Amino acid sequence: MTENATPPLIQFAGVTKRFGALTVLDDFNFEVAPGEKVTLIGPSGSGKSTVLRILMTLEPFQEGRLTLAGMDYQEPAGTGPFKASERHLRDIRSHVGMVFQSFNLFPHMSVMRNVAEAPVRVLGLSRAEAEARALDLLALVGLVDKKDHFPSQLSGGQQQRVAIARALAMRPRVLLFDEPTSALDPQLVGEVLAVIRDLAHEHDLTMLLVTHEMRFAREVSDRVCFFDKGRICEQGSPEAIFTAPSHPRTCEFLASVLG
Amino acid sequence: MMYGYTWDTATPLAYAWSILPIILIGLTVTLKAAAAGFAIALVLGLVFAMLRRSRFRSVSWTTACVVEFLRDTPLLVQLFFLYYVLPEYGLTLPAFLTGALALGLQYSAYTSEVYRGGIEAVPRGQWEAATALNLTRMQTYRDIVVPQIVPRILPAMGNYMVAMIKETPVLSVITVLDMMALANMIGERTFEYLVPLTMVGVIFLILTLVCSAGLHRLQKVLPKAGIPLR
Amino acid sequence: MQWVSYLPSLAQGALVTAWITLAAIAVGAVLAFVAGIARVEGGRAVSTLALCYTELFRGTSLLVQLFWFYYALPLIGISFEPVATGILVLALHVGAYGSEIVRGALASVSVQQFEAARALNFGRMHTLIHVTLPQAIIEMLPAFGNLAIETLKLSSLVSLISIADLTFRAQSIRNLTLDSAGVYSLTLVGYFAMSLVLMLVMRLIERWARRGAAFPRAAHS
Repeated sequence: MTENATPPLIQFAGVTKRFGALTVLDDFNFEVAPGEKVTLIGPSGSGKSTVLRILMTLEPFQEGRLTLAGMDYQEPAGTGPFKASERHLRDIRSHVGMVFQSFNLFPHMSVMRNVAEAPVRVLGLSRAEAEARALDLLALVGLVDKKDHFPSQLSGGQQQRVAIARALAMRPRVLLFDEPTSALDPQLVGEVLAVIRDLAHEHDLTMLLVTHEMRFAREVSDRVCFFDKGRICEQGSPEAIFTAPSHPRTCEFLASVLG
Repeated sequence: MMYGYTWDTATPLAYAWSILPIILIGLTVTLKAAAAGFAIALVLGLVFAMLRRSRFRSVSWTTACVVEFLRDTPLLVQLFFLYYVLPEYGLTLPAFLTGALALGLQYSAYTSEVYRGGIEAVPRGQWEAATALNLTRMQTYRDIVVPQIVPRILPAMGNYMVAMIKETPVLSVITVLDMMALANMIGERTFEYLVPLTMVGVIFLILTLVCSAGLHRLQKVLPKAGIPLR
Repeated sequence: MQWVSYLPSLAQGALVTAWITLAAIAVGAVLAFVAGIARVEGGRAVSTLALCYTELFRGTSLLVQLFWFYYALPLIGISFEPVATGILVLALHVGAYGSEIVRGALASVSVQQFEAARALNFGRMHTLIHVTLPQAIIEMLPAFGNLAIETLKLSSLVSLISIADLTFRAQSIRNLTLDSAGVYSLTLVGYFAMSLVLMLVMRLIERWARRGAAFPRAAHS
C-alpha cells in the first residue's frame, strides 16, 4: 500500500525524542498510508512503544515534524512541552485511539459506562445514542452479556476486549495497540487477538500494533517494521521480514523470539 | 507588667518586641508540657499495646474499649475530668502535671495503635525463630522485636509529637501558664490581642515547620543507615 | 440519681455540638476539596496559595486560631457571631487537614488512568470529575472518617468562646452542683456515643461507595 498515490495519513519526519540524556527516537522517519496495518517489532527499549505514545500525545518530542491527516502536532506558536495548545492536541486526539498493555479501564464504571462515557462527554452524543453504539461494539467483541459488570469482575482478556470497544466507540481513524496481549495469561491471548484480527479487515481503519506475537503480526499486517535503537532498521511485507530478513540485527532478533 | 517585664504598646512592632520574653517563657512551659505528655503517652501506649496482645480475651477486649474511649472523646473534657475529679479522690496534682497526664492519656490511645502496627509488622517467622532459639518472651521483645520496631514507628510517633505540641494550648484553661495563657493575659490587660495571639500562632507555625522538616530528614536518613521504614 | 437532672441541659448542649460539628464537616469538606484539587491541578500561583492555607491552618494550634478569630479579628473591625466564628475556624482547620487527604488520594490515582482518559480525549475537567475524583474519593473515605471524629472532638474547644455546646453545659452544671465526676462522666459518654454514631455513618457511606464488587482496592491495572 505504500506505493498508493494518496498522501500518507501519518508522517514522522526527522523526529527526535529524548528522556533526559537518553535518546529514544533518533531522527526518526516513518510514514503510514490510510487504512494501512503496520506492526512494529523489536527488542524492548527500541522505541516502538514511544512511537505510539507520541502519536497519542502522551509524550512530546523535541525535534522534527509529525503530521496526522495534514495536521502538524506542533504549532508554530505553541508552548509547553508539546509546543501546542491543549485545544490543538484535542483536535489531533479526536482522530486517534489507543489500546493499552494494562487495559486501563476505569475501575469505578460498569463495562457499558466505560464504553459509552467518552462518546457522551467528549463527542456530545446523547446517553441513548452512546449506549446503542456501545452495545454494537460490545457485540463485536462478544461481551454484550457483561455490559453491567465492573472491570474487576472480568478476566484480563475480557477487560482488554472492553478496552478495544471503548477505543472504537470514539470512531478513530487510527487505532494504536501497545502490546495488547503482554499482560495476559497465555490462555487468554487468543480471544483478544481474534478481535484484533477482525478489526484488521476494516478497510478504513489504520492500525499500528506493537506486539511480540510474531505469528499474529505476520497474519494481520500489511507491513512489518523492525526497530532497533530508536530507528527502523528494516521494514517490508511480513513475508519479506519473516522469511528473508536482510539486516543482521533483524535475523538475530527473530532467531531469539522465534526460537 | 509581667515577670518583671514592662511592655510598650506604641507600635505593634515595639509591642511584639517587648512581650517576646514573656511569650518565650510560655514557650518553655509549652515544650515541657508536651515533653512530659509525650513521655507518658509513649509509656502508657506501650502498656496498652501489650495488654491488647494479652492471651486473656477479657484483658485485651477491655483494653481495646478503653483505648477507643480515650481516642473518641475530647481532650478538653478529659482534662476537666482529671482536673476536677482527681482531687475528689484525694489526688491533688499541680495543674501542669494534670495537663501532661491528660495529654499523655489522650495520645496513648494513638501511640498504642502505632506500637500495635509496629509489632504486627514484625514477620511471624521472627517470633518462631526466637522460640526456636529458646529465648524467653522478655528476651524476644528486648533483642528481636524492639530493635526492629523502633525505626518503623519513629515517623508516626514524630507526627503525633508534633500534633501534641499543637494541642498544648488547651492546658491554659486549667491555669497552666503556657504561651497561650500568657498571650491571653497580656491581651486582657492591654485590650490588644492581635499582636500576642499572632505571635503565638507564628511561633507554633515555626515550631511545626521545623519539626516536620526534621521528621522529613529522619525519614530520609534512616533508610540510608540501613534501617527500613515500613 | 442526681445526674438525671443534668440530662436535658446536656442534651441541648449535645445538639449544639452536633450542629457545629456537622456544619464544620460540611464546610471543611468543601475547603478540603477546593484546596486539595488546587494543589494538584492548579497552576503555580493557585497551588502555592492552597499550600499556604494548608500549612497555616495545620501548623498553628486550633485554640490559637479560635482565639485569634474571636478576640483579635474584631480589633481590626472584622467580627462574626460566636457560633459562626466557631464553625468557620473549625472548618478552616479540618479543611486544611482534609486537603492533604484529598491531595494524597488524587496523587495515588495511577498515571495509566490519566493516559486512558487522555486517549479518549477527555478534557481536564472531565478527567477530574469523571475519572480521577470518583476513584480518589473512595480512597479518601477512611481518612475522612477519622477526620470527622477529630472534628467532633475539637468542637469542644468552641465552649471556650462562650458557645453553649456540650462541654460548655457540662462546665456550667459543674459550677452549680460541684458534682464533677457525674457531670464529666456523662459528658464523656455523650461524646463517645456521638463518635460511635459518626463512625457508623462513615462506615455506611464507605460501604455504599464500594457497593457491589465494583471497586476493590487493587483494580488499577
